[in-house]
Order: sequence, then structure tokens, then C-alpha cells
Amino acid sequence: MVDAAMAQPFGLNRGASLSEVGGFTGWILAKQAEFYRMLSGLIRDAKADGSAAYTLLGISFLYGVFHAAGPGHGKAVISSYLVANDETWRRGIVLSFASAILQALSAIAIVGVVAALLGATAKAMGNTVRVIEIVSYALILLIGLRLLWVKGSAFLRALRLNEGPHAHDPTHDHTHEHGHGHHHHHDHDHYHDASAWSHGHAPEPSELAGAHWLRRGLTAIVAVGLRPCSGAIIVLVFALAQGIFWIGVASTFVMGLGTAITVAAIATLAVAARELAGRLAKAKPGVGVIMLRGLETAAALVIVLFGAALLTGYLASERLLGV
Amino acid sequence: MNALLRILLAALLSLAASSLVQAHPHVWVTMQTELVYAPDGSITGIRHAWSFDDMFSTFATQGLESKEKGKFTREELAPLAKVNVESLKEFDYFTFAMADGKKAELTDPAPGYWLDYKDQVLTLNFLLPFKKPVKAKELKVEIYDPSIFVDFAFAKDKPVQLAGAPKCKLDVVLPREMTFAEGKALSQIPAEEKNTTMAWGAQFASKILVHCP
Repeated sequence: MVDAAMAQPFGLNRGASLSEVGGFTGWILAKQAEFYRMLSGLIRDAKADGSAAYTLLGISFLYGVFHAAGPGHGKAVISSYLVANDETWRRGIVLSFASAILQALSAIAIVGVVAALLGATAKAMGNTVRVIEIVSYALILLIGLRLLWVKGSAFLRALRLNEGPHAHDPTHDHTHEHGHGHHHHHDHDHYHDASAWSHGHAPEPSELAGAHWLRRGLTAIVAVGLRPCSGAIIVLVFALAQGIFWIGVASTFVMGLGTAITVAAIATLAVAARELAGRLAKAKPGVGVIMLRGLETAAALVIVLFGAALLTGYLASERLLGV
Repeated sequence: MNALLRILLAALLSLAASSLVQAHPHVWVTMQTELVYAPDGSITGIRHAWSFDDMFSTFATQGLESKEKGKFTREELAPLAKVNVESLKEFDYFTFAMADGKKAELTDPAPGYWLDYKDQVLTLNFLLPFKKPVKAKELKVEIYDPSIFVDFAFAKDKPVQLAGAPKCKLDVVLPREMTFAEGKALSQIPAEEKNTTMAWGAQFASKILVHCP
């Protein structure tokens, strides 16, 4: 399992230094490392001269932006979630920012409580993070599984309905969905894709809008945002040790802002792709809907795989060395 | 399929794929290495002195008790040293040795390893013995973290030393200088001398090469 976690992607053999990791990704990683490396010096500067804090915040912001473009920070999970649930781009932005802020708060809470208040060691912080990790990854996996169940069923149903002659009784297969209007999550409302079917079972706009989007989105926000970024923790501890914890807090929030922007941008991309797919699907009655459900199911599957991979340690998002 | 959709999907996929790459370095290690040889010319162990960057040094010593604030004795750091060394085992201590093309096994550090804390820098000192002393014409030692969480770089001053192997030739390969220095070095090797180690591709970690008679 550890060997798998250590395996390099893109078929690179061991021994590749940062500069060797392919093109665009390599550049992002190099930039991240560069900004991160600057932080300790900037924190020292900020301690000596308050105005240097602005530079610290600026670099923290840039670090957040580049860091989110790299691994972790839930951009894949959030994007897949948005695609699977056919959420709007505005909601995508809200989810992105909310999870980023939660991540910042999580790091601050861990360092603030475990280190500052309890005076505990890095090991204790590491253990706390590990527990949070497991909860976070398990949540991601559960969200994915639930979505897979809902979207997968919708996909299969779309397949089945398309196979038979058109003179079938549309009400026959829809009874489930109608009955569950309020108890459940409204994810499967969208399965009533009106134009491609023209069977008259268009959902009520109120059903679609659903005040529940934030409630079910909350699970996603918590799942992704719970786990803080290791870099933020290390920076906060350093700021704490230098006696300027609050500047460290500001830096962490600004990092979160940078992260939020990048994740929101990617999420918007995902929503745009989903929109496009939706429009294409409407142009192709029958097959179009199947492809759409298939896309949503695939997105749900991505979340499941991510959750499983993170949980089993195959995908170690970040680790705290020796602690 | 719509071209725009294709482009969007490709962009998304590449971004998702980048999620598979590990994080950027969070720990920077400046290292000094000593290769320990026996009188018979075989290598018995690798001695490491790893100095951590200031941010990580502060993080690692967070919450540790010390008589004098801001200073830690070896005894005070002993539990942390134990934790560090034990957690390194999972990663093979980031040290990989090849003797004449075959993997040379290393075992757990010899007891007596320790951590030093000086000028806010934490340094881990430990000796990695070979499972069996190895005699090789071409020895290659690489020190790196494949997941790029830890960045290993040789110290400017005395990066590598040979202890007790006067007749062997030592080459230290630095990753960033590789392509330029490499080309130069390659052109300077006499035609009749075969130096296969230098012929490898552009991917190098911090590498130590020892050529023995």
C-alpha cells in the first residue's frame, strides 16, 4: 500500500526531482514549493517589521492559488459532485469557498487548540489530523456511494426505458421518484429531463431549486473542508513560535481565499462542461438522456474512487512526516 | 461530439490527473553523508546528518519540554529522534543503494542515533548499516523522497565523504546541475574509458557514485 502511494505517476521512475515532473504540472508544483519556501522568511520579517506582513499575505494568497491547482483540496471531489448533481455554477462557487474557509478554520483550530492551548507536540497534531482525515475520506466515500446509487439507478432506468417500444407506460417506472419528493435528496429530480422525453412529467421548479441543495451540499463541504492542509499547519506553528500567531491566522485565511478561487474556477469549468453535455443531450432524444445519466454516474464513480483511494492510503493527499 | 466539450473535458481530466501527483515539498533537508568502509574495501554503512529547514524544525520540536527555552539537549530530543527514525523505516530511510547494478540491502539504523538542535535547526544523525558489507566496483547511493514531500539536497560544505576507502573515486551528482555539467563531463571522458553511469537519462536524484578498483 505504501509502495503504491509512493509510485510516481506518468510512468516516471524514481529519482525524478521537482523540475523533472512533466510540463504544466511540474511548473505548478515548482511554483507552490517556491511560494511555500518563502513563507518562513516572510514570517520572520513580519515579526521584525509589521508592514512586511502585507508581503506575507500576498505570497500566502499566491501559494493558495497554486496549491489548489495541485493535488488535494477537493477540487476533483467538488467538481464531480457538481456534475453528478447538476448544480449551478453559483452554487459551485459557494461550495468551493465554503470548503476552503472550513479548511482554513480547521488548520487554525488544530494549531490553536492542540498546540497553543494544550501545548501539545507535533505528534498530537498529526494524530488529530489523522482522525480528521479518516472522517473526511469516509464522508467523501459515502457521498460518492449514495450518488452512485441514485445516479446509477437513473442511468439503468434510462437504458431500460429506451430499449422498449415508445408506447410504454411512462408512469410505470416513475412511481418511485414521485413518492420520494420530500424525504430524500432531490438529486433524482433532474432525471425527469422534460424535453427529451416529452411525457409530461416535468418536475416543479420548486422541486428543482430545492432549499435542500445547501443541506446536502453541506455534507460535501464538510467532507472536503474538514481536512486542513499540512502546509497551513506548519506555517501556523511557526508563526505561533515566533509569537505572531494572529498573523499566521491571517495568512491561513488568505491562503484559503487563494485556494477557493482556484477551486471555484475549476468547479465552474466542470459545471460548464455539464451544461454543454446537457444541451447536447437535449438535442438527441433517448440516447442523449442515457449519456447524461451516464456522465452523472461516472462523476459519482469518480467521487467513490477518490474516497476509497484516500481512505486506503493509495492516494496519500499529504502526510506529516514522522508525526 | 462538440469540440468545445472535448476541450473542456480534456482540461478537467488533466486537472484531475494532476491530483494524482503528490504534494510539493513540505520539508527541506540539507544533508551530509559519510560512506563507511572496512579495511578490506567493502562498504559497511552509510552515515547521515540531515538538517531540517527552520519551519519544520520548529514544527517538529513544538510542545517538547526543555530546561532552557529555545534550546534542546540530545536527551530531551531523544524521544523525537526515536519517532523520526521509526517513521522513516516505512520509507526505507529514503536511501537506496545499488552495488554493481544490484540492490544492496540496508538495515535499521544502528543504536546511538541522535537529534541536535542548534540555531533553530534540527539535525538528525544516524548510521544505516548494510545488511552485509558490500564490495563493489560501482556503488550508487541515491537519497530522495519519491513523493516529493521531502526535498533532499546536499550541503554546500563537505556534502559527501568516504571514511576508510582511500583508493576509491567519489562522484557527487547534483540534480539541478546535471544537464549542463553532465554534458561537459561526458565530453571530457577519454574515449577508451567506459562510463555507463553517466549515460543515464535526465532524471537524477541526489546521487553518490563511488568507483573502486
